[in-house]
Parts: sequence; structure tokens; C-alpha cells
Amino acid sequence: MRKTGRVWTIVMIAGALTFMVLFLLLPLITVFAQAFAAGLPGYLAALADPNAVSAIRLTLIVAGFALAVNVVFGLGASWCIARFRFPGRTMLLTMLDLPFSVSPVVGGLMLVLLYGRQGWFGPWLEAHHVKIIFALPGMIIATVFVTLPFVARELIPLMEEQGAEEEEAAILLGASGLQMFLRITLPKLRWGLLYGVLLSNARAMGEFGAVSVVSGNILGLTDTMSLDVKALYDDYNIVASFTVASLLAMLALVTLVAKVVLERQFQAESREARA
Amino acid sequence: MPANVSIRDVSRSFGAFRALDRVSLEIPAGELVALLGPSGSGKTTLLRIIAGLDSADSGQVLINGADTMQRPPRDRGVGFVFQHYALFRHMTVAENIAFGLRVRPRSSRPDKADIKRRVAALLELVQLGPLAGRYPSQLSGGQRQRVALARALAVEPRLLLLDEPFGALDTKVRRELGQWLRELHHGVAVTSVLVTHDQEEALELADRIVLMSHGKVEQIGTPTEIYAQPATPFVLEFLGEANRIACRLIGARLEAVDALGHSLGHVEGRLAPAGEVALFVRPHDLALVPHPAGAAVIRHIKVTGAFAKIDAMLGAKPITAMLPFHRLSDSGLSVGMRVDPLVEHGTVFGASAADGKARPLRVSHLAPCAAS
Repeated sequence: MRKTGRVWTIVMIAGALTFMVLFLLLPLITVFAQAFAAGLPGYLAALADPNAVSAIRLTLIVAGFALAVNVVFGLGASWCIARFRFPGRTMLLTMLDLPFSVSPVVGGLMLVLLYGRQGWFGPWLEAHHVKIIFALPGMIIATVFVTLPFVARELIPLMEEQGAEEEEAAILLGASGLQMFLRITLPKLRWGLLYGVLLSNARAMGEFGAVSVVSGNILGLTDTMSLDVKALYDDYNIVASFTVASLLAMLALVTLVAKVVLERQFQAESREARA
Repeated sequence: MPANVSIRDVSRSFGAFRALDRVSLEIPAGELVALLGPSGSGKTTLLRIIAGLDSADSGQVLINGADTMQRPPRDRGVGFVFQHYALFRHMTVAENIAFGLRVRPRSSRPDKADIKRRVAALLELVQLGPLAGRYPSQLSGGQRQRVALARALAVEPRLLLLDEPFGALDTKVRRELGQWLRELHHGVAVTSVLVTHDQEEALELADRIVLMSHGKVEQIGTPTEIYAQPATPFVLEFLGEANRIACRLIGARLEAVDALGHSLGHVEGRLAPAGEVALFVRPHDLALVPHPAGAAVIRHIKVTGAFAKIDAMLGAKPITAMLPFHRLSDSGLSVGMRVDPLVEHGTVFGASAADGKARPLRVSHLAPCAAS
């Protein structure tokens, strides 16, 4: 009995490891192997390409804007949802999950249907010379759409668990609303907030579907890193494609490490709070 | 200057639940007042309304004669201590205590050295000097509550509000901290309002007790008044265990209804209510005397530390008596024995013949009743 049990354990572990190597580790190694196929000079040359540089720059801009919106919205929404009971609260909570359940391509398409030339607001926008689709604003909106739930989803349970007593104590001790927020609420939420920002950053930089629909893939103009990888690959420019992909892969690795560190902090803190 | 608080006709509902129902109450300056009652009686809601953390649907709260309803909580000069401490988890003990001073507008903020000095004095006061650099998670419950008190006192409140401050602590720490709080209250010029569901705590610590039930004030008085002259059966039962025995009043004689006319005692005073009444007797005011034809039979004898607890059946009615443990063997009581209940001290609530108002009536000490 015991012997067969052990055999099974070994078989299952081996199976899981094989799976990991085949589907996670090997692809990751391939990315770097292909990126350095032409050696370090080839890698650096691909990075220095103006289109690659512009894609990196654009990705950073889009992600930066999306994160800022996410932090503000995430804090606001979770504050409302965790601290108040109001009509429409459940509705808001459900809506918050919409970006998770809708395919990003559909998300992007919805934006085109709203703000595109043939869209609802299209004529008005065109008349006022505001360009959203096939331009930076549309890409930011699309990225915000797909990353919207991350921060709020992280903060709502945290706020509900922590309660509002510390904030009440601060107010009774004479703090203003702003002092309370900066000195009590924000420090209390810091790890959860960072964690949410980290996740939405990873998603924002890696997003393909929604952004692809609204960007129009104009090389060097509305091409983010993810879009650039695809465009280069389609041009059979394998080294350049995998070079940009390697940057995204590195971002993923950094995110993973940061995630583990944050989770440890997080757990240590909630353990302390419970003690 | 300690503040006086005047609560006038305050009501508060949460949906269909009426948490406070036209509550009026005077809290004199410098007193330590306990709001006592079971959970759901509205005592915490009242405290939060005084602090400004919640608002009344109607009515007024006056602090030193000034209506506070329009004033934000931060301007009320109130110190608040939470049941679960609500210490700032990311700040050290010293930073927690200094918070109220540091957030003041620049014009009224003490300088750094002054804040440091005051924090040190408060740490001394709560006997936590060596723990100044610790974080709340590194402290015991009793230590955390003392930090919370020091933090509340740092802003020199005129009114100190404490919401079940010892509720989360074990009995020994709760006793010590309670006594310490009482001394502290009398050493600082402050009016204190303490919310508790623990009647012993309220009786021991408070100058005045406000007993609440279902959003209403049942009785207000000193601990002695409330204990000796409970206004209602609720107050009597809330302040400690009591036997409730259905009785008939015949003249001044009190007879247990379901024990076939067994006489329990005489009602003091001339204005005795007539008819059927409930007699309340605390277990330590009920003596059981062995008698071969006694009206009650002993079921269990349990030793609960200093006291022996004796459960008996008076007819179909369970009754409980208590006597000091050292007197148990002298009493000669044993399980299965027939005994006569002897009411040494009891209370009857009934309409008096004179004014029809409900009031407690004393039942006097009785000689053991002869078997009739």
C-alpha cells in the first residue's frame, strides 16, 4: 500500500515537472535563445532600432497612464464599496469584473464602436479634431479597460478586513480628511496597493488584444512592445521580434519576483494584525 | 475643564431597527459614567453619537451647553478608546501617542521637543516607557489598550469615551486595568463615559450607571441605588442572577403559587400589591433549611470556588441558592433532601395601592415557616 503510494507520488511530481519544463521553461529559454541568435551585437542592434525604441517608449507611456487611472479609480471604488452600503453597490462590484470576463478583443471593439469614425461619438469627435481610435488616447483607454479590476479587487477585501476604526481614531484625534488618508489609510493599504499596481502593470505592458484593435498598428507611432513583437515576427524578422519579446519576458520574471516578495510582506503583516 | 454632556430626546434607527428611542440623559462634569446594557441595547450607538462618529436622526447632544450636531468630531474635544484598540499598526507606540499632537495645524502644534516631552510623560503615566519603540503587534492586549488610552489623553480631551475598553481582555487584566482607569480618571480633569455589558465592571468602576435596554434608558443611579433599588425586573435580573418565583399576596403574606400555598415571607410596608406577583430573590439571599416536610427538594450541589451552589425544585419550579463554601458542611444539606426555602431578602414589583406606580417592594427576613 505504502509503496504504491510512494510510486504514485513520484509519478505525479515527475508529470508536473515535465509539464512545467515543456510548457513554461522551454518556451522561456527559446525566447532568449532566439533573441541572442545573432549574438549580443545583433540583440543590441535590434534594441536600438527606432521602431523598437518607440514601441518601448509608447508601452511605458500607456502603462504609466493606465496605472495612474487605476490607482485613483481603485482607491475610490474600493473606498466606496468597502465602507458604504448604497443602492447599486452589488451592481458596481459585478461591473468591476466585466473586464475579466469579456475578451479583450471585444473590449477593444466596443471602443471602436463608440469612438471610431463610424461610432456613436465618432462624428462629434471628428468635428472637434479629437482622435481617440488609432491614436494614443484609445490605447490608454483600452489598457485601462483591461486592467481596471486589479487594484480595486486587491483593495476591497483588504479594506473590509481592516475596518474603519483606525480612520475614526485619526479623525477623533483631530486629523483632517487629507491627513487621515495620507497618514493612516494609504500606509495601511500600501502592500495591497503595490500588489495591485504590480499586477495591472504586468497586464498593461503585456496587453495585446484590446490595444491591437484600437491602435491600427502604425509602426513607430502606435506600436506597443506586444504589437511590435507580432509585427516583426510576421515580417520574418525573428531576432528583432524575440529581442523585444525577451524584454517582456524579463518584465514577467521581475514581476514574479516582486510578487513573491510582496506576498511575503503582506502575509507577515496580516499575521501580525491577527496576533 | 471636564465637560458636562446633555443628551436630549436622541433617536437613531438603522433600517427598521430602533437603536435609540428618545433617550435623554445628563452626564455631570468630572464623573465616570457607565452605559450598561446587553448587546443591542443602543449603548455603543449612543457613545458614537456623542463622539460624532454617528449622527442622531432627531434630538440634541450638548457638550458644555453647546449643540454639537453641526460640529465635526475633530472639534468636539473628545477622546475615544475603541474595544479593539484601533492603534495605528504602522506606527510605533510613541508615534501612536504623538499622532493627535502632530496633526494639529501649525499655529497650535507644539514644537518637536514639547511633543517628545509630552509623549514621554504619557508613556510614564501608562507605565509603558520601555516599550516606546515597539509596534502594536508586539504588545499584549492590556498594553495595547493602555497605549490607546495614552493616545486619547494626549490631546487633553474634556470628555473621554470608552467603548467596551476591556471587552477583549482576560478577567485578571480586565480587573487591574479597570481599577487603574478609575484612578486615572480621578487624577485627570476629565468626564468619562464607559460602555460595558459587564455589570460587575460597571458597579465597581462607575460613579453613576445608566442602564439601557432596547434603545431606552431603564434606570439611572449610583451603583448602590441601582443595586439596592432596581426600578424594573429587567434591571434586577441584569445586575445579577435572581430566582423568579410566582407568588400570591394574601394580606402581607407571600405564598409561592406552585408549591401549594407554602409561605415564603412577609412584605414590608403597608402598601402591599394584591394578587399574583413575581418575587425576585438572589441566590445568596435564599437560605434552604432542612425540614422533613419541606416544600423543596435539593437536586444538585455544585462548588464554584468561594460559594456552593444548590439547585432545588420548589414544586415544578427550579430555584438556586448559594452559600459560602465553608458553611456547606455545617448546613447539613445533601442531594435529595427536603428543605424549606427561606427568603432573607427579596424584591416584588407590583402596583402599590396608593398611586398605582410600579415599584420594588421589600420582602423581609422570615423565620422558617412551619409546615402548614
